[in-house]
Amino acid sequence: MKKLGVPIGVLVILVWCLLPVVWIISLSFKSEESVTAGNPGFLPSDGTNAGWDNYNKVLTDDLYDFFPRAIINSIGISLIATTLSVIVATLAAYAIARLEFKGKKLVLTMSLAIAMFPVVSLIGPLFDMWRTFGIYDTWLGLIIPYMSFTLPLAIWTLSAFFREIPWEMEQAAQVDGATSWQAFRKVIVPLAAPGVFTAAILTFFFAWNDFVFGISLTSTESARPIPASLAFFVGADPFNRPASLLAAAAVISTIPIIIIVLLFQRKIVAGLTSGAVKG
Amino acid sequence: MAAITMQNIVKKYGDGFPAVNDVSIDVADGEFMILVGPSGCGKSTLLRMIVGLEDITSGDMVIGERKVNDLAPRDRNLAMVFQNYALYPHLTVYENIAFPLRLAGASQAEVDQKVREASKTLELDEHLERKPGNLSGGQRQRVAMGRAIVRDADAFLFDEPLSNLDAKLRGQMRTEIARLQKRLGITTVYVTHDQTEAMTLGDRVAVLKRGILQQLATPRELYENPLNLFVAGFIGSPPMNFLPAKVSGNTVELPFGNVTIPADKASAAQGKDLLIAGIRPEHFEDASVLDASAKTSGSTFRATVDVVEWLGNEAYAYVPYEAHTDVEAQLNQLEKELEGESLRTQLVVSLDGASRIKEGDEAEIWVNSAKIHLFDPESGENLTADRSAAGTIPPDMDAAAPAEAEGEADAGDATDLTK
Repeated sequence: MKKLGVPIGVLVILVWCLLPVVWIISLSFKSEESVTAGNPGFLPSDGTNAGWDNYNKVLTDDLYDFFPRAIINSIGISLIATTLSVIVATLAAYAIARLEFKGKKLVLTMSLAIAMFPVVSLIGPLFDMWRTFGIYDTWLGLIIPYMSFTLPLAIWTLSAFFREIPWEMEQAAQVDGATSWQAFRKVIVPLAAPGVFTAAILTFFFAWNDFVFGISLTSTESARPIPASLAFFVGADPFNRPASLLAAAAVISTIPIIIIVLLFQRKIVAGLTSGAVKG
Repeated sequence: MAAITMQNIVKKYGDGFPAVNDVSIDVADGEFMILVGPSGCGKSTLLRMIVGLEDITSGDMVIGERKVNDLAPRDRNLAMVFQNYALYPHLTVYENIAFPLRLAGASQAEVDQKVREASKTLELDEHLERKPGNLSGGQRQRVAMGRAIVRDADAFLFDEPLSNLDAKLRGQMRTEIARLQKRLGITTVYVTHDQTEAMTLGDRVAVLKRGILQQLATPRELYENPLNLFVAGFIGSPPMNFLPAKVSGNTVELPFGNVTIPADKASAAQGKDLLIAGIRPEHFEDASVLDASAKTSGSTFRATVDVVEWLGNEAYAYVPYEAHTDVEAQLNQLEKELEGESLRTQLVVSLDGASRIKEGDEAEIWVNSAKIHLFDPESGENLTADRSAAGTIPPDMDAAAPAEAEGEADAGDATDLTK
């Protein structure tokens, strides 16, 4: 009984977590009519199986031509926001971890305060400001808030990683003839790579999953990201949301995230610094 | 290659504490210089000032012909081996060794040739493609040395490079470093707290205490002519015995009896009341194993041996004695400076392996009285040192810390310039 406890617990948690995922995948393969009619069964069967129709429709149908565009928007905006955020955070975190300067505490407290600030309360002012600046409904209009809200977390994560790297590494590099910048780029950043990729994944998640900014700061498909665009799916009958099409779109929108995580995860190897120093 | 000249180097930290205080050392071109002292004596700080990782508060640091006080580490062309090696864990052994060359913009052919050469010297050939994390301590140590020798640096700096190795490996690497330095003939500054390393490796040894240079001399000079109590107690293992002594004429009154010392030594100690006598353990012997002619050159006394440690080739015998209270305070202070514990006052005597003295025996012990040093208990100064064979005597050692009441080391005949 004792031996069975753990596997059963794991199984329960797995089912609990994965059932909705399985459900949405299965839903995306069912025909619209069968869902509208109700009770289509858990798995797509003879009468209800729509094959790849829903996916085709979402990606090619004129009615949903905003969706492929939304995918491009989401990928572009999230990647740019992630890249910029990680670059800025790396430099900032290095300064915080290594340098003594006035206002260091202020920077840290400020960044923490930003992270805690409720996003929703900023939407109104941002909406007004962005329209005045002319960046409302543009990529830039979304990249800026994504960056500013992910930076604090990225800075805190990275400065923790930088503190772990022994000072001697850098001093050795300097004695070996490196400038401060070379020491940073060739020794410190490679060693902090797990931290950099952790920060990148977190930032990318935030940008990819965001709905509030996406829906409020865009008005057309020129910058609308996937989560916001899902709200614009309407079928032939306005009172019946095309559930199977939404499911297909949702599945499509998770694919890039899975790819990114798989790519980055390999870089997040623990114990990369082992062997640097004795111990 | 270049000589390194330190002139009146001072390092003060933010709180005004002088970690290195007015130290002047000349390291000749190709010389192997050791900086030694207990922890916190400023030896590592001094090394880091040479390489440029610490700012110099005042004084001049000259390498070759250049004053390098304000140069960045990378502009000083020195190679350093860190205590914890500081290898780059994301690079292979090959790339670790090649790192300085790549920074200097060397061609691939040159990099390859030099790295292969270094790896051959250090027997790292089969490890070139491995990462430092997979290497043993000794191999990591060799990679760190490889990174240093691959460059044409003006000098090598070692910061306690062997302290992380086990005893056997330490011995091997010590010989290896000595061999390498002799072959390359490169100026070397080596920091250690291990006196075996200090004695065996160095052409000259600088002994530091609390940021102040105590004595700068060859290992032999340090051992035979320590200028003060601190150096005498620091150099030598087991350490020198310190006993309360009174001199009258040519006779020295020691706790276990009177011995006669040479006239020149006695004259140097005239007019002082209580002194501290320093006798190295090997200057004692079991009188029964000596032949008659040897015995005449010294004195003998009888003492009860407390503990005997027989090592085969020799034996250490411990003889407890009652110390004079005035001297005891001074000796306790010295013990603290040497990072030891103040234990019972006892005499450590090194005996010949053939000696049959057992624990609890009352034995007749011979002492080579010509080798006795006499120290002034107030200043710690060695009154009987042969100053012509004591290396460079640092000036005004007492001036640096005049407020210290417990009797700072004093070089004696130094001319005090600052007062």
